[in-house]
This record gives sequence, structure tokens and C-alpha cells, in this order.
Amino acid sequence: MQYCVGIDLGSTTTKAIVVDEQGKVLGRGITNSRSNYDAACAVAVSEALHDARFAQIAGELEGRGIDADRRAAWVLDLERGFREQQYRAQLAHLDGALQRALREHGRERGHEAELETALATILARMAAEPRELFAAGANRKSDFFRDLAGSRYTEHAGMLTRVKSETLSFDALVGLFDKAILDVEAKVAARSDFAEHAQRAAHELLERSRELEQAIERAAAVPMEEVSSVGTGYGRARLPFPRSRIRSEILCHGLGAHVMFPGTRTVLDIGGQDTKAIQIDAAGIVTSFQMNDRCAAGCGRYLGYIADEMNLGLHELGPMACKSTRAVRINSTCTVFAGAELRERLSLGERREDILAGLHRAIILRAMSLLSRSGGVRSEFTFTGGVARNLAAVGALRKLVHENYGEMTINISPESIYTGALGAALFACREWSHRELAA
Amino acid sequence: MSVSTKNPPLAATAKDDSQVRQKQMIAAHYARLARASESGEKNVYTFVPGNLTELLRSFDLLPVLPEINALQSGMRGKSAEYIALAEKLGHSEDVCTYVKCDIGMLKSGNVGPTGERLPSPDLLLLSYTGCFTFMKWFELLKQEYQCPVVMLHVPYQAEGRITDSMRAYVTAQIRQKLIPALEQVAGRKYDEDRLKECLARSAQAEEDLVWVLQSAKNRPSPIDAWFGAVYYVGPIFSAFRGTPEAVEYYRALRVEIQERLTKKLGPVTPDGMMTEEKYRLVIEGPPNWTSFREFWRMFAEEGAVAVASTYTKVGGMYDFGFRHDPERPLETMAEYCMGCYTNLDLSTRVGILTRYMQEYEADGLLVNSVKSCNSFSAGQLAMLREVESRTGRPVGFIESDLVDPRYFSASNIKNRLESFLQMIAQKRGGAA
Repeated sequence: MQYCVGIDLGSTTTKAIVVDEQGKVLGRGITNSRSNYDAACAVAVSEALHDARFAQIAGELEGRGIDADRRAAWVLDLERGFREQQYRAQLAHLDGALQRALREHGRERGHEAELETALATILARMAAEPRELFAAGANRKSDFFRDLAGSRYTEHAGMLTRVKSETLSFDALVGLFDKAILDVEAKVAARSDFAEHAQRAAHELLERSRELEQAIERAAAVPMEEVSSVGTGYGRARLPFPRSRIRSEILCHGLGAHVMFPGTRTVLDIGGQDTKAIQIDAAGIVTSFQMNDRCAAGCGRYLGYIADEMNLGLHELGPMACKSTRAVRINSTCTVFAGAELRERLSLGERREDILAGLHRAIILRAMSLLSRSGGVRSEFTFTGGVARNLAAVGALRKLVHENYGEMTINISPESIYTGALGAALFACREWSHRELAA
Repeated sequence: MSVSTKNPPLAATAKDDSQVRQKQMIAAHYARLARASESGEKNVYTFVPGNLTELLRSFDLLPVLPEINALQSGMRGKSAEYIALAEKLGHSEDVCTYVKCDIGMLKSGNVGPTGERLPSPDLLLLSYTGCFTFMKWFELLKQEYQCPVVMLHVPYQAEGRITDSMRAYVTAQIRQKLIPALEQVAGRKYDEDRLKECLARSAQAEEDLVWVLQSAKNRPSPIDAWFGAVYYVGPIFSAFRGTPEAVEYYRALRVEIQERLTKKLGPVTPDGMMTEEKYRLVIEGPPNWTSFREFWRMFAEEGAVAVASTYTKVGGMYDFGFRHDPERPLETMAEYCMGCYTNLDLSTRVGILTRYMQEYEADGLLVNSVKSCNSFSAGQLAMLREVESRTGRPVGFIESDLVDPRYFSASNIKNRLESFLQMIAQKRGGAA
């Protein structure tokens, strides 16, 4: 199968979307951005191709007299099992990388033998966890290996160094992880890994099915050929593409939003380090835009910082802010000042929920200013980017848009984080058709 | 979107005659200023917008332009330390960075762009009050130098035109306040015939400058009318208008540009000649000086050329017909004071930008909004929207500063610029 790929290399995450020649989405992939941009892109594409394979598996199961709910449950369980297998494989890789790191840096940290024993204990404990971590309904801190394995590793390292020894240093253990994880993140899954992990996952399902195993075989055997690619995002200059295949994020978000919601006229994208307000026409062509420039206050990183300050996970902020009954007025959108304001409010006895609600409102107020500078909010209004997943931010946006511009359709897709990658994939698709026509 | 072609370096190319000439003029001027204490020549500090260089020259007074010194400091990488020093002396972060750069330079020994010390002013002359900061700037310099100050009150063109009473008001100030002050500083009487000669030379140079700037109406444009043209307007906006050297400079420049036009050559950029003109832009606002070449390169690499700009009208507007008129010496100078770009009301500025977009067949309008200069920046977004609605062509907005390097974020500016240019390409192609 021939496919086109769009990659959005953001400051926090790297997203990839693969589409067929008609621009139909085949799969989506996401990974954490890292210092090795090539690896981040390759992993995101590989994840998108895995996603496409699962769609193929679902397609293969159709028309074989299997109940639709049952088929869906199979694929869902299979995906979960697949992630578990992936995690196990990465853990094995981490083990090797930690041993190498220990050989290279253990001596300088002292107590090499003690470190080695500690590593073995930590890894054994981690090896026992994947089933539970990937169980149905399990609440994981993150789906990225670095975050998930990192949090487990540090927890076990913390427990060991607290009770076992005074000479075994927590910092030395974490230092080894920091070195080893770079190695793990630089590794891109081999193509054969999909079939291997998927079959192993299928074997471990409660309900084993020959049809499913055959569907995996058939789907994995379909050759996938990349015919065009376009990159976008903050790291786009570093993308492994020729210059002609790189598009600005503005254009990609505009087109992506247009395809997701064809009535879109105004797009707001709040990403990790920038906020974009974009106006588009009926064909998805950008007519004007504004971005934050001199300061990154009020972007996604602001929430990340607040989460750290409150010792919460990023995904916990929105739900907590939604419980607010009386939002505190926070004036500062400067990330550092907001942190100071947060601590002061806490010391004054304000509720965390109310402070968080105020912080979310402060972000959205800044976005409203950018929107008005770009030409205002026109219906339909589409909100994209990582922050669009945050219900408290969405709530504040709805309220402020309503107050300032009246009733209008506000679109938020559950896949909104992929908007830029989708636009890029569609540009790749157009580039391919132009090439085909020319040939 | 086509692949950008890097231009071949121009290392082997000799400097144009006009460039050599300009460099010599500037060097000679600063050398003369440096010797002023021995030679006894008097100097007047004044600003670029609507300045009265011909009148100063008719008295044999040497002009010193603090903004030019500040921008030169910015280009020479000195502004960061000058600004830091000014801030240390109590000037806040929000003050115009030209002012802080100048104050810092002054406090560091007042060494000018050629490495020679500038003389203290014999007079501070403000002939444009459209910029309130100028008044405060000279207030600070007055405290420093304890020298006489003349400030003309210059009415704003709120209705987009100069009325008879406005002209009479400024003319009277020149006659009654300024000329007596200059007579005192120079120690000689006002000589109207000499002034008329200077004004006639100004008109001649202005004629050639306008021809050069309007050469950008051609395809490809032989000049970059923003980055490149800041060099072209140097002599006329600074110390040389009304001098024979300025007349010769503009004549030589015109010949050079005529030659480029005949050969259908594009503009010369920091990396050599632009081989393919992909985007024609009208630019509103001043450039950034601290990363001037890097900034220019961002445009050149994309094949983007400025075909018209408003910054090159910051001293005075010539392209809609104004020429200094020797037959009405004081009135013509009064008109010049009131005619500089930032003294025009917003609707006139929108009209100018719209005309530029149409007459120069531009693909889009780009605003570089500088933090320091509210004379430029106030109202720019509203102007942008209006030009967009009148022309239906793409508009873009970037932000930087004049000489504070802390406000030039290269990656953000590049990001916006690329997005803007791709937006033009997308609109042009309908899709890709």
C-alpha cells in the first residue's frame, strides 16, 4: 500500500499521520520529542504505521461473520497487549543500555557492585509490572516510554535508596537512567516488530482466536510504501526532508482544521511553546495569522510548569480546575510569576481547584488577545493543539468566546493534537498527485 | 513551493561606486566632526524626520544625527552594552532603545561609528515633535551638555494635508526662533541665497532618489527597497542633503541602478545577487539593526524582495511629488518638517500602503512592528487589516526592535516570515 506521511515535530511531542492517495487517514502516531529529531520522526511514523496496521486488522476481520462488538473488543485488547509487548521490548533494551551506562560511568560514581545489584532489583521489579500497567482501564502517567518507565524507575530507585543503604545514591541511579534512556529513545522499531509483538499479544489474549491471528498475518504482510512526505512544526528545519517538503505550521494547522471541520474559519492552536490564531477561507487557505512572539507565556509549557509546581501530572490539571466553584483572578501570564502567584494564593488558603481555574482562564485570556489581533473569532471556530484536550481550558475558552463574540460553533476534535500533522500529510498527498500528473 | 536556490557569493565583486562614495562621505564627515574642537566648526544635533539640513549647511553648521549613531552602534554590535549602561543609569527597559543606546554611547566617551570622538553639541535642534520621545531625549542631552535647545512645534497632519495656517505656523517658528538661534551659534547672518542653493541641490538629489526607489516597479526589481534602500536614503536623510556630494552620490547611484535595470539584474543581498524574485513585498516599519544582515538573509534566501517600504520615507516623503523648492525656502522646509511619514494620519498611511501594493504589484504587505517606536507601531494592526481588505492580498506581522538585541528572536521571526511567504504561495497556487 502506498501512503503519504505528514510529520509535526513539536517542542513537546512529535506527531505523524499517514494517509492514502485520496487523503484518507490510515493511521496516527505520537511520541515525545527528543534531542534526536530523526529518531523522534521515525518513531512517530512507525507508530502511525502500527495504527494503520490495526485498522487493516479490523478491516480484515470484517465480513467473516464475527459480531461487530466482539471484533472491536478483540482489536482494542490486541492494541493494549501490543503496547505491553512494546513496553517489554523497550524494557529489555533499557536493561542493556543501563548495563552499558554502568560500565562506562559506574566507576566514577563509586560503589559499582552495589549499583549493579540495585539495577538488577529495579529492573526485576519493573519487569513484573507491564501486565498491570497495561491492563484494561489502567491509569498510566503517560504513554511515552521515557515518562512511564522513568516514573517507575525513579519510584523503585527511591524505595531502594531509602531503606537499603546509605552508600547507594539515588542520584547515581537516576544518572544512569538519564544516560540509558537516550540510547533507548534513539532506537526505532524494526518493521518485523509489529507482527512479532502483535502475534505475541494475540497469544496472550483471554479469548484466543485463529481469525485474529490470520488477520494479523495478512495485515502485517501488506507492503507499505512511502511515496511522499511533508514536515512541519518547530523542529521542521531539522526534519530529514528536502526544503521543498517543509511547510509552516500555520498552513498545516489551517488545512488540518479545515479537513477536520470544513466550516472552520478561525483556528486557535495552543501548543507547547507557541499559540497561533489563524484565519482561513472556505478552501482552508490561510488569510491571516498571529503568533505569540516576544514571550511564550500562556502556552502549553505554562501548564507543565504549574503541574510541576503543584506536583501533579499535566493531565490532572484540567479535571481538578473543573471542580472549581469560584475561579481566582490570576493576572500574570508570565510563567514564572504565575508560579509565584500560585504559591502565594495557596499560602493565603485559596483552594487549589480555584487557583487552577484562574490559571486556565489567564492562558485563554492571552489567546483571546491573539485571536482579536488576527481578525477576531468567526464561526466555525476550531480549537486545536495539546491544550485543547484540557477540559478546563476548553471551558474557559467557550465562556470567553461567548462573552466576546456571541453564540457560535466551536469544534474540538479528540484528535486535535494531530491537526498540524494532518495538514502536512494532505500537503504531501497533493505534492504526490502533482508529481503523478507531471509524470 | 519551489526549492530556494542559494545565491552565489559575491566576494569577487568590487563595491559599487556609490557605496565607495557614501563610505568616503561618511568618513570625511565624522573626521570633520572629530576635528571640530580644533577647527572651530560648530555642530548641531538634530533628528532624521523632517530635519532642516539645508538650513544648517547654509550656516556651515555640521549636523549630528543621534538616531543614526544609535543604529550604527546597533549594526556594530555595541548597542547591547550601551543600553545596559543606560539602564544602569536609571532608564527603564520600556524606553526607546535608540535613546538608551545614545545615552550609553555618550557615557562611554561619545565615540562615533568611525571610532572617533563626537563633539559636544553647540545646539540641539528638534524640528519634528511628532515623536514625543525626541523631546525627552533632547531634554536628557540638554542636562548633559548644558547647551541651547530649539524645539519647533510641528503640527500633526491629522487630516492628511498641510493647511496654510499649519505652514505659516511652522514657517514663523523657523524665521523667528530658529534662524536667530542659528545666527548666534554660527556667528554669522542668515544668507537666503546660500540656503536656496542648498535647496536646489536637495531637489536634484531627491529627483534621483525617487527614480531609484521607483525602479522597484520593474520585474525583477533591481533594488531591495527596504534593506538595500536604507543605504540609499542614508545621505539624504542625514548630514548631506543640500550638499554637492549628495547630488553626485545620487547621480552615481541612479546610473548604477539604471545599469542593473538594463541588464535585468535583481538586487544585491548579503549573500550576493538575488537570482530569482519569488515574492514582492511592501514593508511597513523600520528594520532591526542588531541582526540586520541575518534578517535580510531570511528574506533573500526565500527570494523575497521589498519593492516599497515606508521606513525609507521616515525622513521625508518625496515619491508623491514633494521636492524642496528654492523659491519658497522657509515654507518648503516647513512642509518638509510636516511631511515625514510618521507625521501622517493613519488613513493617509493606509492610502500610501495601498498605493504601494498596487503600483509596485506587490504580493503582500509585511509589518515589522518594533518595540521601541510607537510613532510607527501605534495603529499598525488596524492599518494592516484595512490594507488587506482594500487589496485582498496577504498581510503579515512580525515583531522585533531597533537596537536592543534582546528583542530579536531569530527563530520566531523566521517562523513567521516563512509562514507568511508560504501563505502567499498558497494563495497564489490555490492549494500547494
